[in-house]
Amino acid sequence: MTDPRTARIRRVTGTLVEAAPLPEVGLYELAVVGHQRLLGEVIRLEGDLATLQVYEDTNGLATGEPVVPTGRSLEIELGPGLLGSILDGLGRPLPDLARTHGDFLPAGAEAATLDPARRWDFTPVVAAGAAVSAGDLLGTVEERPGFQHRILVPPGTAGVVATVASGPLTIREPAVTLGDGTPLYLSHRWRVRQPRPVAERLGDDRPFLTGQRIFDFLFPVAEGGTVAVPGGFGTGKTVIEQSLAKWADADIIVYIGCGERGNEMAEVLSEFPELADPRTGRSLMDRTIMVVNTSNMPVAAREASVYLGMTLAEYYRDQGCRVALMADSLSRWAEALREISARLAEMPGEEGYPTYLASRLGTFYERAGRVRCQGAPERTGALTLITAISPPGGDFSEPVTQACLRVAGAVWALDPSLAHQRHFPAVDWETSYSEYLARTQPWFEREGGAGWGAARRRLVELLQRGRELKEIAALVGPDALQDEDRLILESARLLRELVLAQSAYSATDASSPVGKTLALARLGLALHDAAAAATAAGRPLERLDLTGARRALAALRDAGPADWPGLVAGAEVAVREVAGREVAGREGGP
Amino acid sequence: MSGLARTYRGADGAAGPLLFLHRTAQVALGEWVTVTMPGAPDRRGQVIDAGEAMTVVQVLDDTLGLAPGRAAVTLTGEVARAAVGPELIGRALSGVGRPLDGLPAPIGAALRPLNGAPMNPARRLRPSEFIETGISAIDGMNTLVRGQKLPVFSGPGLPALELAAAIVEQARAPRGEPFAVVFAGIGITARETRGFLERFAKSGALERSVLYLNQASDPTIERLLAPRMALTAAEYLAFECGLHVLVVMADITHYCEALREIATARQEIPGRRGYPGYMYTDLATIFERAGLLRDRPGSLTQLPILTMPDDDITHPIPDLTGYITEGQIVLSRDLHRRGIFPPVDVLPSLSRLMNAGIGRGRTVAEHRPWADQLYALYAAGREARLMAAIVGEAGLGAADRRALAFAERFEREFVAQPDGGRRLDETLGTGWRLLEGMPREDLTRLSDAIWAAHAEPPNRHTAEPSG
Ligand SMILES: Nc1ncnc2c1ncn2[C@@H]1O[C@H](COP(=O)(O)OP(=O)(O)OP(=O)(O)O)[C@@H](O)[C@H]1O
Ligand SMILES: [Mg+2]
Repeated sequence: MTDPRTARIRRVTGTLVEAAPLPEVGLYELAVVGHQRLLGEVIRLEGDLATLQVYEDTNGLATGEPVVPTGRSLEIELGPGLLGSILDGLGRPLPDLARTHGDFLPAGAEAATLDPARRWDFTPVVAAGAAVSAGDLLGTVEERPGFQHRILVPPGTAGVVATVASGPLTIREPAVTLGDGTPLYLSHRWRVRQPRPVAERLGDDRPFLTGQRIFDFLFPVAEGGTVAVPGGFGTGKTVIEQSLAKWADADIIVYIGCGERGNEMAEVLSEFPELADPRTGRSLMDRTIMVVNTSNMPVAAREASVYLGMTLAEYYRDQGCRVALMADSLSRWAEALREISARLAEMPGEEGYPTYLASRLGTFYERAGRVRCQGAPERTGALTLITAISPPGGDFSEPVTQACLRVAGAVWALDPSLAHQRHFPAVDWETSYSEYLARTQPWFEREGGAGWGAARRRLVELLQRGRELKEIAALVGPDALQDEDRLILESARLLRELVLAQSAYSATDASSPVGKTLALARLGLALHDAAAAATAAGRPLERLDLTGARRALAALRDAGPADWPGLVAGAEVAVREVAGREVAGREGGP
Repeated sequence: MSGLARTYRGADGAAGPLLFLHRTAQVALGEWVTVTMPGAPDRRGQVIDAGEAMTVVQVLDDTLGLAPGRAAVTLTGEVARAAVGPELIGRALSGVGRPLDGLPAPIGAALRPLNGAPMNPARRLRPSEFIETGISAIDGMNTLVRGQKLPVFSGPGLPALELAAAIVEQARAPRGEPFAVVFAGIGITARETRGFLERFAKSGALERSVLYLNQASDPTIERLLAPRMALTAAEYLAFECGLHVLVVMADITHYCEALREIATARQEIPGRRGYPGYMYTDLATIFERAGLLRDRPGSLTQLPILTMPDDDITHPIPDLTGYITEGQIVLSRDLHRRGIFPPVDVLPSLSRLMNAGIGRGRTVAEHRPWADQLYALYAAGREARLMAAIVGEAGLGAADRRALAFAERFEREFVAQPDGGRRLDETLGTGWRLLEGMPREDLTRLSDAIWAAHAEPPNRHTAEPSG
């Protein structure tokens, strides 16, 4: 009765399905699997037996059920309407799935990434007769209030414009037709595993401003740079990713929740629409795309989700945007890879991870960068990549962390003991580093304020000295130290609290402008100098009254973006007064 | 899946808990299987590898004496399901849902697949409602909120079950909302089971509870089912009956060991310390079933308990759990030795959803700075204690000596609760009393405004709105 040429399932094990006969399919081709119509991707071929990884829950899938190849590979439809959306690892909008299937996720549901019925007001910039090629601007639509989405000639396409439409168009109606009859739409499809082409890769000397003092001041990342944020559980990776998504200076944010918590996504979804984009004042969601594949959602889709997010980010980069891609966490992606590899009975490498782990990671990081985009008009785009890494047991020597450390340009290493002290961001400033430091310093010196580099050097020195003294004090007791050294200990602690610590939950200090960052560092150091001068002049440390100055500095730190400049002068006075002030109530007080 | 049952006479092999069938047709992954053999009770199992050439069935019951050639294997055409419904409240069932209380097997309002389906993240409601547990170290310092999963990291011999029992007894739903407790005992001993049952019965909590008890003497593989049974029942009570459900699962360590045992039997490549590489994902399918849904009245909160082997928090079981849950309550051997109950070490403990559940309109406006101040002083005191062990107490500075004394009092007066549960205002008052004993200059986390408001009645020490 059944057609013997129809491929049928021969075996189901975990997320993998073996099916035959499939003599014609290619690697990475998608197929519809079983009566539930689950999506699967061909990942191994032996004769006419194909192994597919299935992107959905395989429980209930039975041998003998049909497998139908689609001729396509894993793609995403790119076009206006992506901003503000919440997609699963395969690009299905989660709110749409909720409308059609309720509160729990079904297997085998279909939902289009972009709304095919929605009309966009297309304003063309090309006319009939124009020769166009890949990346050239065809026109724009206003995707979100104030955001002009550039409609470009898709990669690999060229020709002479024959007809041009304008006005309200759906993504299924041609916007432009080329001379050979090729229609160009407001959207096109792209294979997520394939990097989108660029004209040229550019150097990175402009910082990507995070609004987090410790990063901007000590470990800056360049626009187009890559950062690895390794840290054990509860050290603050997600809070960092979310803070950057809220406050970083970027046009577009793509946020990938890869194998993490559902409640964290609920938090983002409830907070972001309420928050204002620091640059435009509009809802943060207007610049954000969420890709969400929580830890309990299918593992193969988790593996795909990072490529989906990357492709979305590249697409906006190609329009000339400065895009930031947040991936939380790449370790969960690597584990998905390991799970699939183990089921394929591949030869395992270190800790069971497949031997191609490092090269896959490397290829992924390489998709970030600052670039000259393909096509005209000339424009640059940037894709900055911030990846959280979750090392088992917080041990950085494990393979995923090591592979990421090798390719990332900056490392913000999180330290559980700082997190236990509730010092956040719990960045270990001794093991963290940034290769973008030297190249971005001129910008900070120019835009952040003169003396940036000098203040940074002194701060690092003082912290270093403070740490050494702390070790000594732990052995001999702090009372055994000289005043001079005790002051260094105190100052290092003050600077840690003032400059390095920053509460993500503060209404006013969650993001710190570079001017405020420098002012805090400068004044914190000045306070140290004033106190050091007084002790050097023979005044005992206990007799110095530092409370007024400390309060002034804390007030400066806690002041919002509009208020802090007004507090600088007062703080300077308070610092200067330290020299003349003694602890009240003892002899010789004023 | 076919939905039709088929029976194979004789299996082709067996090893440990696994049974092998050659040449089957239309077998589904996860399909429920019954194995019958003359003269032996029926055994149940599940298809874990469905193949035309060979199918692997994981048998749930003891396989001692199982002769594959003489067994009849029935593929039921169904996935594993559990009977769910409000009638389960007050019942005690085994880890696979068989009655343990002498009453007939529950029919339930519905049958639901054990694995459930993931909540659509876009439909989740952000948890923000405070649950009063009566434990100061939790309510004050690591607040639990509805829809959270907050595990207890215990060590061998530490009183984690007692703590869980105390929470179950004391956790009252505010405004008298309907609530229920679902308890999954996973591989716990008969002694622990009895102790737990007696406490539950005495406090009256049993009438509001569903118990799934997989005991240490039950087959290992049943341990994998027990938490899923419990969660399937809990999900129904929460999201279809609108109850606030607290799910207590003990001991997750036994669950993970069962997972490892089965992975080994299947000759899988082991991950860290022999635990399978997919343990994170597997645990996530349990823990992520906590939460709230928009437009639905109930909630599912989880309090899993695990034993850290060797008190090692970096062991894969607490480690992977910590990576999935929203914080952890860590028990301390040192406090336990010193007779402090509950022996909660607040330094490594954390509730990640605390901020959403506290503050004005939820607990009290100054909750956060109050907790931060207690935490900071206690942390300083603990550090001073370490230093004193090296340089002697006399070598400490004055501030360190004060912090050290504070830490002692904090442990004896705030963490220790020999007299049972405390209401939130009692917890807050206890904390304030300790803070008042310190000089103002040591209270760097409290602003002048908060300090002044506290020092001035009428708000003093109370969580109630002032008249
Ligand atoms: N910048 C910050 N300001 C204030 N609190 C913070 C900050 N960063 C982290 N925290 C605290 O630490 C907790 C844990 O942070 P987070 O959830 O980001 O950890 P994580 O590294 O992502 O952990 P996991 O790997 O388990 O997901 C937060 O819930 C919060 O209480
Ligand atoms: Mg996280």
